[in-house]
Amino acid sequence: MSRDELNALQSERLVKQIRRVYDNVPYYREKMKEKGVTPDDIRGVEDLHKLPFLSKSDLREAYPYGLLAKPLSECVRIHSTSGTTGKRVVAFYTQNDIDLWDDCCARAITAAGGSNEDVVQVAYGYGLFTGGFGLNGGSQKVGSLTLPMSSGNTERQLQFMTDLGATILCCTPSYAAYLAESAAETGARDKIKLKAGIFGAEAWTEEMRHDIEDKLGIKAYDIYGLTELSGPGVAFECEEQKGMHINEDHFIAEIIDPVTEEVLPHGQKGELVFTAITKEAFPMIRYRTRDICVLNDAPCSCGRTHVRMSKPMGRSDDMLIIRGVNVFPSQIETVLLNNGMSANYQIVVDRVNNTDTLDINVEMPTGLFTDSLSDISAMEKKLVEALRAMLGITAKVHLVSPKSITRSEGKAVRVIDNRKLY
Amino acid sequence: MFINQISVFLENKSGKLAEFIKLLADENIDIQALSIAETQDYGILRIIVDRPDDTAMLLQANNFPCKLITVLSVTVPDTPGSLTNILSVLAENNISIKYSYAFFSREKGSACIVLRVENNNLALDVLKKAGILM
Repeated sequence: MSRDELNALQSERLVKQIRRVYDNVPYYREKMKEKGVTPDDIRGVEDLHKLPFLSKSDLREAYPYGLLAKPLSECVRIHSTSGTTGKRVVAFYTQNDIDLWDDCCARAITAAGGSNEDVVQVAYGYGLFTGGFGLNGGSQKVGSLTLPMSSGNTERQLQFMTDLGATILCCTPSYAAYLAESAAETGARDKIKLKAGIFGAEAWTEEMRHDIEDKLGIKAYDIYGLTELSGPGVAFECEEQKGMHINEDHFIAEIIDPVTEEVLPHGQKGELVFTAITKEAFPMIRYRTRDICVLNDAPCSCGRTHVRMSKPMGRSDDMLIIRGVNVFPSQIETVLLNNGMSANYQIVVDRVNNTDTLDINVEMPTGLFTDSLSDISAMEKKLVEALRAMLGITAKVHLVSPKSITRSEGKAVRVIDNRKLY
Repeated sequence: MFINQISVFLENKSGKLAEFIKLLADENIDIQALSIAETQDYGILRIIVDRPDDTAMLLQANNFPCKLITVLSVTVPDTPGSLTNILSVLAENNISIKYSYAFFSREKGSACIVLRVENNNLALDVLKKAGILM
């Protein structure tokens, strides 16, 4: 599709979507009224900048049904972001939404060389997380034989991979790296028929890509998405591996200055903003992803005309993605305060053997000190449990001396991210 | 007899113990006994000092989480078998020991055993009845 044709298609879909959202979602209607814009003002993509932004705080405010644009009777599924209290996003899907999402993931699989001759092993988690279901749907749409392994149980993953001749692996890059190592250790490496992998849901570097490619003897493709916009498949890599093509017939991408909210031209680094023009149940208009990246509209030698986005180069908020799970420092703070700990803490994130580690240094509160080692370790265990309940992942807690956490200008440095991701 | 022990939270990091000991030395506090129970990240340091109240105040002022604890101190002859008597008596009376450490007494030829038990008075009673304590 030429860029002109695409622009016409986007404009047509956008105009309809804005009208429909305005008519059906009071929350959007109010936001548009506040900004002094009506559906009549939106005649095409060039008018997109007139519309108000939508952010995670809107989603929180409208939780759970406030942004729903279809009656629940027409919705067939719910997915949710990584179970993070206070920041949870619950997304709704009509059957049509699922079909279009499957299409997006099918494109990613096709771009990675997948066809009905392939066996696709989906080792993303199945459940509220979008990874498993997304790639599963995409794989079936392509006609590939689909192995819905879900995450974990490495031994079984490798057994099915070899016994059933999986050719394409879909999972997080860190799990791919782990599987690669296990395959080398168990001698399964020589029996593997994999040719490609589609890895996403967390940040990874070119070095990690080469490492996985070498160890598994495959080509490793990146995939991008977020639950708010269906899930994986918003953008995907082609064989050129020079940026991810955005499925622009479904999602209009903009880059803005995260501070001034001004739209920036392609090629400039800024926050990625998406408008979903085909989603029915849970349409997102100018949704701020908080991911910082660059758009590239130069023609790609693969022949696809859709614009390419760089790997995200950072976040414009304080969210951390650890082992594929969204973590906000404020959640950790809540757990600490609820357990009588002080608000002086430090989050240290690192990557060891391609797996993210989360360590939390907490100052021992003078009032909670007891003479008993077992009491203190029980207190630590309770904290670890509470953090796991809140974050969905395990963190290591380290008790340190009061006033020992470095404060700069009176404020503690909360997060130390030692991973070299960007 | 009962004595006051100070329990202190110390991070398990090189230099921390030195820093702590210097703080006490600078205030002329005499440490008579010292024991450490440690984990990977931190430890509990237990000390017997000549001026426990001053020490506790000093530590609080310097942000060391600490507690004054009353423990049982038993002076026994520094001969093989002395400790066995004490432990047997406590065991026979179902008194469990949370922790214990020992140091040489200032009286020549005897040692002090520090015992941390749930109920100090009960432990004292049974040891008196057994003739171990006067």
